Amino acid sequence: MFGRRLKLTHTLGAIAVAASVVLGVGAAHGAQVTLLNVSYDPTRELYESINAQFAKDWKAKTGDDVTINQSHGGSGKQARAVIDGLEADVVTLGLAGDIDAIVEKANLLPSNWQSRLPDNSCPYTSTIVLLVRKGNPKKIHDWDDLVKPGISVITPNPKASGGARWNFLAAWGYALKRNGGDEAKAAAFVKVLYKNVPVLDSGARGSTTTFVEREIGDVLIAWENEARMAIKLFGADKFEVVYPSLSILAEPPVAWVDKVDRGHGTAAVSKAYLEFLYTPAGQEMIAQNFFRPRDKAVAAKYASQFPSMSLLTIDSDFGGWKKAQPKFFGDGGVFDKIYQPGG
Amino acid sequence: MAGQPQREPKRPGTADPPMVRIALIAIALAFLALFLFIPVIAVFAEALQKGIGAYFAAIADPEARAAIRLTLMTAAIAVPLNVTFGIAASWAIARFDFPGKQTLLTLIDIPFSVSPVISGMLFVLLLGVRAPLGGFLAAHGIKVIFAEPGIVLATIFVTFPLAARELIPIMQAVGSEEEEAAIVLGAGGWQMFFRVTLPNVKWGLLYGLVLCNARAMGEFGAVSVVSGHIRGHTNTMPLYVEILYNDYQFAAAFAVSSLLTLLAIATLIAKRFLERRVVPAKQEQDNLAVKVAA
Repeated sequence: MFGRRLKLTHTLGAIAVAASVVLGVGAAHGAQVTLLNVSYDPTRELYESINAQFAKDWKAKTGDDVTINQSHGGSGKQARAVIDGLEADVVTLGLAGDIDAIVEKANLLPSNWQSRLPDNSCPYTSTIVLLVRKGNPKKIHDWDDLVKPGISVITPNPKASGGARWNFLAAWGYALKRNGGDEAKAAAFVKVLYKNVPVLDSGARGSTTTFVEREIGDVLIAWENEARMAIKLFGADKFEVVYPSLSILAEPPVAWVDKVDRGHGTAAVSKAYLEFLYTPAGQEMIAQNFFRPRDKAVAAKYASQFPSMSLLTIDSDFGGWKKAQPKFFGDGGVFDKIYQPGG
Repeated sequence: MAGQPQREPKRPGTADPPMVRIALIAIALAFLALFLFIPVIAVFAEALQKGIGAYFAAIADPEARAAIRLTLMTAAIAVPLNVTFGIAASWAIARFDFPGKQTLLTLIDIPFSVSPVISGMLFVLLLGVRAPLGGFLAAHGIKVIFAEPGIVLATIFVTFPLAARELIPIMQAVGSEEEEAAIVLGAGGWQMFFRVTLPNVKWGLLYGLVLCNARAMGEFGAVSVVSGHIRGHTNTMPLYVEILYNDYQFAAAFAVSSLLTLLAIATLIAKRFLERRVVPAKQEQDNLAVKVAA
């Protein structure tokens, strides 16, 4: 049986110092559990529906009330906050490298975390696509069109955003293949591409609002789910998705954070919460929110929604995040070399 | 304004040509309209674009209420503390000479010269669980960063100089003669403070309080860094506005923004009112001082 997480009291004395002491503790009543899911940017809508359904199921199964709080932001930024003490019971981030960073810098979960759940702890996948304005006025059909002069490309900053790193690697992988594996030529390609980027937001959602709401840019490099969500919310008469000839299989992983769970007594419910993502009901919600489901039956049902694409993978084409992260996005890595702000 | 009762057909030689006047007024008004009126109207127009029902629904949303509550609570702690500090600091600086007085004045100004984001980072570096102090607090179950206390601390830090900066010149201008007179007439320390010192600076104090409150409720940068952005828990109103905007809930984002805008307008009105009071109070003091000296 899991314990109960203490709830913060909001009653405060006049003295702030006393208040900060008081805030740590408070009364807990009934079997009331609170989880904090620290996630990346484009999962807001997905986890809103998952949370509601899981809370209902959990109540039916155990009689306990579970409230799941959400925090969203650029994947790298969110990992940083967890390292600095944001008490995430579960993390659902944009890429494995960010959870590895939590292991490395704060040791909050074991290094074999990725083998604890099926499919490398990635209950859903996505890929990187191009979102253009209706009618595709700039005739953008593939990555080559993004390096043409006068094309304005919107993508977030790979230093802060997980999605942006997938974007970068997709473009890199394409250029590498095109140039027969010549890394210098691939670097030249992405250098020109990033020269066409007028705004480098800190998260995928920031880039989407830049493109969709502020109407800046000719093309948005985006998560497939983010692009499809934008079309659903803003209308198919405004935007359309372009599927490039080659992209990357993006695998956003999930993990429970052992040390935090132990402190909160939330280990069982955290694990059940993440396992729910793999159930047919969870997979169905995943597909409805435009993430690609793992479950074969659900995938077949939504097949028309997800065109099959030729995809690179992080493990076989880039040697995994442990290698790709420092090589491309570490200090002095490929991205630092090719990107000069204003240059 | 120049010729009041009888209209003069010719303008006096000291006045500017009408064209210049008209041009200047037009420029000033156009500038105001562009940078003030239009954005303020836009906020309310966007907020109400889905109707008055949606407007109130956005404000009554549990997450919005939590954000409003946290904002009010933060201000309720930060403002009295900073006002108390402001009185103490201005008193010390205006009444006493001590070594390090200039240094103290400079130190009070630090939060003004530091970018709010850096202020927030400073608290994460100091009180995050990776830091010795933060680790010690965490080990004892005290959460500061990514919880309400961190938000309160960051707010206190950025609003720190506002009340003191307002009070110091007034305290200095008022001088200590009346206080000395009170003591000579047999008043105790606290009696003198509440009967003489405080009434003398009350308008300046209120002015500082209004400014401090406006900043405390509106602060974004520093608070954003220490918040952790847990929905319904550690989002103040400005942070919640950003979240709504990023959730594509534009009307709701502007509805909450409109509350902050109303706060800003109320602050401006209070400021205007108090400024009128502060200046005559100072002049009165000056006149009195002149009379006493004569």
